[in-house]
Amino acid sequence: MINRLRTSFLAMPYAIWVLICTILPLFYILGYAINTGDGSFTLSNLIAITDPVHLKSLGLSIQIALITTIICLILAYPVALILHNLKISNKGFIVFLFILPMWMNFMLRILAWQNILSNNGILNSILSALGLPTIHILYTKAAVILGMVYDFLPYMILPIYNSLSKINDEVIEAASDLGSSWLNTFFKITLPLSKDGIISGIIMVFVPALSSFVVSNLLGGGKVLLIGNVIEQEFTLARNWNLGSGLSIILMLFVLASMSIMNKVDDSENGGMLI
Amino acid sequence: MKKKLYSLISIFCLTLTSCFSFTACGNDAESADTLVVLNYGKYIEADVLKRFQKETGITVKYEEYESVEDMYAKYKAGSINYDVICTSDYMIETLRKEGELIPIDYNSLQNYKNVDPAIIEASASFDPNHKYTVPYFYGTVGILYNTEKVDEETVSSWNCLWNPEYKNQIVMINSQRDAFMVPLKMLGYDINTTDTAQLDKAFDMLCDEKKYVYAYLMDETYECMVSEDAAMAVCYSGEAAMGMEYNDKLAYVVPKEGGNLWVDSWFVPRTCKHYDAAMKWIDFMCEEEAATQNFEYVWYATPNLTVAAGMDDETLADETVFPTKETLSRCDIYSAYDDKTLDYTTTLWKKLKAY
Repeated sequence: MINRLRTSFLAMPYAIWVLICTILPLFYILGYAINTGDGSFTLSNLIAITDPVHLKSLGLSIQIALITTIICLILAYPVALILHNLKISNKGFIVFLFILPMWMNFMLRILAWQNILSNNGILNSILSALGLPTIHILYTKAAVILGMVYDFLPYMILPIYNSLSKINDEVIEAASDLGSSWLNTFFKITLPLSKDGIISGIIMVFVPALSSFVVSNLLGGGKVLLIGNVIEQEFTLARNWNLGSGLSIILMLFVLASMSIMNKVDDSENGGMLI
Repeated sequence: MKKKLYSLISIFCLTLTSCFSFTACGNDAESADTLVVLNYGKYIEADVLKRFQKETGITVKYEEYESVEDMYAKYKAGSINYDVICTSDYMIETLRKEGELIPIDYNSLQNYKNVDPAIIEASASFDPNHKYTVPYFYGTVGILYNTEKVDEETVSSWNCLWNPEYKNQIVMINSQRDAFMVPLKMLGYDINTTDTAQLDKAFDMLCDEKKYVYAYLMDETYECMVSEDAAMAVCYSGEAAMGMEYNDKLAYVVPKEGGNLWVDSWFVPRTCKHYDAAMKWIDFMCEEEAATQNFEYVWYATPNLTVAAGMDDETLADETVFPTKETLSRCDIYSAYDDKTLDYTTTLWKKLKAY
């Protein structure tokens, strides 16, 4: 009893923190969202998502977030697999190498991409030195996706790597003892057992990619308007906090929906595995 | 998870800064020899700030902002009581109409006589009876271009921005007012028009232009032009002058249809707690040495006549920095939009970005 009291007491600072810094602001945003600005109730800020401009940018956000997630997954899984199969003693060091870029400020890294991708940038200098035609990539959708993949890749690699590390090697040995081919073992054993990692990887990439606005600001050159940019502009340029809050709430719903879908997939798979 | 972490960190930072600003405010209210200044970013020579504090014994809390809209948001948030602010013409007009300005005591300004009467006269569009403002810098909006890629003839008209030859070589200005100014001038309309039909026409032209635009930029424009990533850019004259310092191939022109003349001025907002110190600040900004130092740092046209008198002929003849009378005659000053037009143009701007 005393023990339990002590633990709940220790959780107090966090509870207060969450209350002041997460719950309260959420209510503020909700308050702004269902308000016309002069205090009367309205749903127009929420319905505003059906405005063609907002729908278009939401669609674009979902599209870019999906592409980013898929590319991250395709890139990350083999890397995590190779990492896991590496027969070296200090795997922590390899993981450290993957986290290392995250020590550098993320804005700086994105600004570096500007220099690499620009019309006269490093990439095009190399291309023209090799006698190849130069490409126009900076300030396009492709550049935004590239920046997001670059930024979010570690968040895909790490959970997958963790879930792979948890797989008992004996299970895989048993499979090959029973005559299963490498490919068969991978699809029947490794992949299903690492599903947890894949799911959390997808959530950790898709959700921030969906609401991001900094990457599209810096690499989209003001030509790629994501829903995050719309919300940012409502708060700053248009000074319409109510509309900004309304759109934030809608975006939040999309984030929650995508997370619950992913969790559903996760649960059903886990259930399947247990049986 | 990451998003949560981010928001937690940002909220943490916000709480910290607000704590600091609250305590700072508390202190300010008590001591008479402090001054809270709000100005554009990179808009003062650091030494001028140092000298002011040394010579007057007033401690300056110096705050910066990036765009006019940021300034408005910061001021309206109300968590800091600013004593003196520098911002652009149409925002001053907005604030004046909202009753946020306190008249300036011009008699207490010994150096006010240094200010060019022509620019004071131009200020009449946002400060009609000239009660509230002291000009700081002024300049134009035009085209910065690379003389190796574009000839002078081409950029003599704004229509070069619609030239398919320069697809992905055009940098458009990332500011609602300035971007709309371009097609409005081409169509021969008033840049302050509130006629939605005229604004719609300008909007259609900007949509048409988007396929040729390399990027919509503001602060990065001159770097982009210096590294020759683009052939031409719509930008402010100061931005252009800075670019031309670093790359000889660059030149600046205000196309024949004309452009925008803007004036950034100091004013005292209603939140001012240290009026005398604010007057000393404005007076100091008009002083010859401070104005010279600021000019050499900022490179926008200075309304300070003593600075111009001390300048070499080459700088004075630099039409990028000092627009000629002829250029100025083609340029207009923005006036503040009414709420309806502001809403309308903001929506158009959003549509353009999503186009």
